Amino acid sequence: MTSIETHLPTDVSASNSAIATWLTSADHKKVGRLFIGSGLVGLVAGLVLAILVTFERINADSYQILSVDSVPQVLAAVRLLLTFGAVVPLLLGLSIAVVPLQLGARSNAFPRLAASGFWMWLTGLGLAVASIIGNGGPNGGDSDLVDLYLAGSIVLGLGVLMAATSIAVSVLTTRAPGMGILRAPLFTWSSLVGSLAVILTMPVLIGTTVYVYVDHRYARAGFGGNTGVNQWVGWALSQPFSYLLAIPALGIVLDVVPTIGRTRLAQRSAAFGAIGVVAVSALAVVTQTSITLPWEGEKFFDNAGTKIADLLPFLLLNVVPILGLLGVLGLALLTLKSAKPSISAPLTFVLIGLLGILLGAAAHIVGLVEDAGLIGSVYEAGVYVPITFGAIAIAFGGICFWGPKLWGRSISDKAATPLALLALLAIGLDSIPYFVAGFADQPASLVNGFSYSGPQDLWNALTCAGFVVMLLASIAFIGLALKSFTSGAVAGNDPWDGSTLEWATSSPPPENNFAGVIVVNSATPLADTKSASSTGKVA
Amino acid sequence: MLALPPASQPAPRRQVFVGTAVAGAAGLMLVGGMMATWLKFRADAPVRESMKRGFIKDWMPEKIVVPEVAANIMLLGLLVVCVMAQWAVYSAKRNDRTHTGLALGVTALMALAVINAQIFIWTQMGVGAKDGAFHSMFYASTGAMTALLFSGLVFTAVAAFRYLGGRTKEVELVSAHALYWYFLAAAFCAVWFVIYVQK
Repeated sequence: MTSIETHLPTDVSASNSAIATWLTSADHKKVGRLFIGSGLVGLVAGLVLAILVTFERINADSYQILSVDSVPQVLAAVRLLLTFGAVVPLLLGLSIAVVPLQLGARSNAFPRLAASGFWMWLTGLGLAVASIIGNGGPNGGDSDLVDLYLAGSIVLGLGVLMAATSIAVSVLTTRAPGMGILRAPLFTWSSLVGSLAVILTMPVLIGTTVYVYVDHRYARAGFGGNTGVNQWVGWALSQPFSYLLAIPALGIVLDVVPTIGRTRLAQRSAAFGAIGVVAVSALAVVTQTSITLPWEGEKFFDNAGTKIADLLPFLLLNVVPILGLLGVLGLALLTLKSAKPSISAPLTFVLIGLLGILLGAAAHIVGLVEDAGLIGSVYEAGVYVPITFGAIAIAFGGICFWGPKLWGRSISDKAATPLALLALLAIGLDSIPYFVAGFADQPASLVNGFSYSGPQDLWNALTCAGFVVMLLASIAFIGLALKSFTSGAVAGNDPWDGSTLEWATSSPPPENNFAGVIVVNSATPLADTKSASSTGKVA
Repeated sequence: MLALPPASQPAPRRQVFVGTAVAGAAGLMLVGGMMATWLKFRADAPVRESMKRGFIKDWMPEKIVVPEVAANIMLLGLLVVCVMAQWAVYSAKRNDRTHTGLALGVTALMALAVINAQIFIWTQMGVGAKDGAFHSMFYASTGAMTALLFSGLVFTAVAAFRYLGGRTKEVELVSAHALYWYFLAAAFCAVWFVIYVQK
C-alpha cells in the first residue's frame, strides 16, 4: 500500500523571504488565503467595469465612456471577473483553507496540485483579462488576442479543475478516523459536491474551448470566428453554471447558522440531501443549454403530451435545484427557531447571501418561460447578479467566520454587519430594476441605442447605483479585513464556541494543523468533548 | 484548548487511486463533451448528393481518406496496454519485481506505438487544420486524445521509476496507473467510434 507524504515542507525554508515563502508554499492555509486575496482583487476590478457598463446604459442616446465595438468585450470581462475572478476563488480559497481543518487532517490531498491550481488559475485569468484589454476576447478585433483569451480560458479552467480535484480527494480520503461522510461538517460536504460538479462540468467547457481555439486560430469555419466565442463558451458565465459554482456557499450557511445560534443543525441528514439536490444543476450545465418552457397562455393544454415532455426536463434542470435551495433556507430557519442567535456579521452575511441566490434562482425560472419574452433581455443580468452577489456575500460571511481561525484575529462585528446590509441593498438594486427593464424589453447585449416606454434612465441609474454600493461595501470589507487581520483583537482558538474540528486547534493553526490524529465519534466532536468535560466524563 | 481523543496513525485511504479515478472521470467528461459537440456538428451538417453514396451529410470531404486500419490498431493497442498494466498490478501484488518492470516496460512501449499510430494517421491524411470545420475539429479531438495518451505514458514512466527505484511496496501507484489506462481506453473507444467509424 502506498504511503502518502503528508509532511510537506510548507514553509520551504526559514531563510527564504516571506514573499518567496508565499510564492512557493503548498500549505493549504496559505494557498487558500492566496485564492481569497486574489478573489477580492478580482471582485473590485469586476465591479469597477460593471459600473462603467451600467453608467453607459443610463443615457441610451450616445456613448459616454465606452465605444460600440468594446461593449461585448467589457460585458464579457465583467462576467469573467465576477464569476471566475471573484466567486470561484473566494469559495475555492475558503474550501482549500478550511476543509482540511474540518476533516482533522494534517494537510489537503495533493497539496502541490492545489498550489499549482492557484497559479494556473491566476495565470489564465491574467491572460484572459490582458487579452480583453488589448482588444481580444469575445468579438475582439485583434485575432491573436482572441486566441490568447481562449488559451487563457483553458489555463484558467485547468487551474480550477486542479484545485477542485485536491478538495474532492481531500474529503474522500483524509477524514479523521470515525468521520464517515455523514459526520462531516456541511461546508465539507458542500465543498465535495461542488468540487465533483466542477470536475464533471469544467472538462466539457475546456473541450469546447479547445475546439473554438483550434477553429479560430486555423480555420474559422465552424464556430463563428470572433463573434462565436460567447455563443460557444459564454454558458460558463451565466445560469445554471452560476448555481453550480455557488454550491460550497450553501455549506457555509449551514455551518455558520447553528454555530452562531449555539445549537445543533436541525434535520442534519436532510441538509446533505438539499445540497446534493442543487448539484442537479450540473446536468443542465453539461447540456450547455437551458431548457425553456413554451407556455402559450390559454393554449397551454393544446398538444399536452408534447408540453409534458418538455415540462419534465424543465422541472428537473431548473426547478429541482430551487427545491434544494429552499431546503437549505428552511433548515437554516428551523435551526434558528430553536436557537437564540446574536446579530453577528457572519450570520447576517450568509442569510442575506442565501436570499440573493434564492431570488436569482426563482427569477431564472420565470425567465425561461418562452411566452414571457425575457430571453435576450437584461432580465438575465437581473438573474445573474443576485446569485453572484449572494455567493460573494456568503463568502464574506465565511471570511468573517473562519478568518479568526486562519489569521488568529477577529473582524469587528459592529463594523462588518452594516456592510452585509449594504450587500442586501446592492442585491435589490441590481436585480429588481433589471427585472423591470427586462420586461420592458431592454436588450442585454446593448448598452446604448435602445428605447422603450417607461423611465428607462431610472432603471439603469438604479442598477449603476447598486454596483457602486457593492463596490463600496467590498472595498470597506477588504479594508476592514486587512486592518483586523493585521492589528485586530486576538481571536482565541474557539471564538464562536464551535462544535467541529477546526476549532479544536490553535488560531492560526500550526504547520500540520493538529498535534496528533483525532478520533471522531459524532458529527459535532468538539461539542461532545466540551459537554463531556463540563459533566466530568472522559470523552 | 480542549483535548480531543487521540488515535494511532490511520491507514492511508488510497489517495493516489481515488485521485486517479477523479482525474479519469474528468478526462472522460473532456472527451465525452468533445464527442458530443462533434456529433452535433455532424447532425447539423446540410445534406448533399454524393456521386458514390447518394444523399449524405455534407460533413467530411469526400477526398479525405481516414486510415482506418491504423485507427483499429490504436484500439487494439490500447486493449493490450490495459492487459499489460493489469499484469503489472498482478506482479506488483506478488512482489515480483522483474515481471512488474517488464509489464510496465511493455505498457510504455505499446503506449508509444499507439501514439505513433496517431501520428501516422495525421501524416497519411495529409490535410491541415485550416482546411475546414471537419479538419479543425478532427485535429482538436484527436490532439486532445493524444495529449491524454501522452499523460498516461508519463504516468507509466513515473510508476516504473518509482517501483524499480526500490519503492516496491507502492502497489497502489501501480493500480492507479492501470486504472488510468482503463479510463483512457474507454475514452478512446468513444473517439474511435465517433471519429473513425461514424466520422
